[in-house]
Amino acid sequence: MIQVRLGGHGVDVEFQAASGITALFGAAGAGKTFILDAIAGFETPASGRIILDDEILFDAASRVNLPPRSRHCGYVARQWALFPHMSLHDNLLFPLAGLARLERHRRVKEMLERFALQEAAPRRPRDVSPVERLRATVARALIGEPKLLLVDEPAAGLDIALRAEWHGILRLVRDETSLPMLLAARDPETCFDLAANMLLLDAGRILQSGPPRQVLDQPVSVEAARLLGIRNLFPAEIVALDPGRNTSRLRLENFELTGPYLPGRLRGDRVWLCVEPGQLRAAPHDGAKPSLNQVPVRLERASEMPRAVRLEFAGGIVAEIARRDFEQRPKDNDNKEWMVEFPPHALRVLGCP
Amino acid sequence: MPLDWSPLWLSLRYAGWATLLASLVALPLAWILARRRFPGSAFLDAAATLPLVLPPAVLVYYLLAALGRWPLHFSWHAAVGVSAIYTLPLLLRMIRTSLAAVDRSFENAARVLGAGEWRTFGRVTLPLAWRGLLAALLAGFARAFADFGATAIVAGNAGTGWLLPIAATALAALYIGNRMWRGQVLA
Repeated sequence: MIQVRLGGHGVDVEFQAASGITALFGAAGAGKTFILDAIAGFETPASGRIILDDEILFDAASRVNLPPRSRHCGYVARQWALFPHMSLHDNLLFPLAGLARLERHRRVKEMLERFALQEAAPRRPRDVSPVERLRATVARALIGEPKLLLVDEPAAGLDIALRAEWHGILRLVRDETSLPMLLAARDPETCFDLAANMLLLDAGRILQSGPPRQVLDQPVSVEAARLLGIRNLFPAEIVALDPGRNTSRLRLENFELTGPYLPGRLRGDRVWLCVEPGQLRAAPHDGAKPSLNQVPVRLERASEMPRAVRLEFAGGIVAEIARRDFEQRPKDNDNKEWMVEFPPHALRVLGCP
Repeated sequence: MPLDWSPLWLSLRYAGWATLLASLVALPLAWILARRRFPGSAFLDAAATLPLVLPPAVLVYYLLAALGRWPLHFSWHAAVGVSAIYTLPLLLRMIRTSLAAVDRSFENAARVLGAGEWRTFGRVTLPLAWRGLLAALLAGFARAFADFGATAIVAGNAGTGWLLPIAATALAALYIGNRMWRGQVLA
């Protein structure tokens, strides 16, 4: 259990985390690494208090500031930071300096087995595969039996295969130990895949926290939605609310849409409308009269994605449709006019602009 | 004229001592300058670099002036000391650069893994910086070895024997004065 309250250096956060993975997510410079470094003791915050399992690691008021070596934190740095001049075996031995010889070797052997590193152990970090480097980094962070694992996720250098391995390693640690883990995540998928909780950070503040699914489904504000990479954010005005038919009417810049009833909102409220690109339906305009929530728009760009085609329309509307649907569209005319449908159930409304 | 090797050996010995002495001071100072920020660190940095741009004779002149109250005993030790001071800024610069080039994430990793500052320095920073340190020591040695001006003023030939640069300069003077015998000058 870690309790953190931090201020200074452009950061002002307060949170706690129990066992399992808590992801810190935000744009670069949002303060993720600073928070991890402050907990590890590399940075000194201006104010606040950090408590790990009833031990005060840092308290600005009473001037407690334990050095990193006494904080019992494991730290996986973004740059991995395996000592390049030592073999993996010696890297694992490094944290055990205070223990008896036999105990040291027993622990190293155990850890090498657990992370399948026996083969690579006598080699130096640059001579082993990236997967082994990742495993060794995590093994070294765990071998001193920390009470908390801090993970600054490597941003670059993780290709798709390695990313899967990486998630596998983190999942293993999460499931085999009861450690609280703080993970500075670089993308929402990692949070979604691994974390029990996420903290959405923006400019040193927590915008939103909660289970990743909830955060991704219901961003509290337009800033939160932008950070999460949600496309299709439009300013809108509520022009009608009908609780009887459970509908609302929203006026956007160039058109009006029918949405679900919005409890707690008033007519005339200005809000942000948000739609997942995958939930929009799009088809070339065949000249038919638009039906409910269909809007004729001009296609500006179509880009291929691994499993879909992303269509960007005038007015900043982005839709993603299955590749097959895109390829089977009528090819007879080079029509740039499309019809986009906003299904009412897919419309979400966020705070005030 | 038989070749006299003694100035070469003396210079080597003397430059070695000067380099050793200077690096003992330069190493901790370079570490502090590379890794710590404190009020006046920028000033200290600039002050430590200053001797690098002063001509050696000027440097020694000020050094002697500063020591004016405690007149320097012209001896072998004084010569080594002056040469060490003369070499220090270059060593400091180069050692500092090579220490600063060590990625801090390695040092932080060592700290969080339970190592204190000394162990971090000895087991991580030093081994990772050794190429740069070696280059710094060689450059410092070369500077001490080739130095003439600073030492000439302090050491002269007061019972220390001839250092190579001083001997060479003296020889040049001998040629000019058309006096080929070393003893004439010594006398």
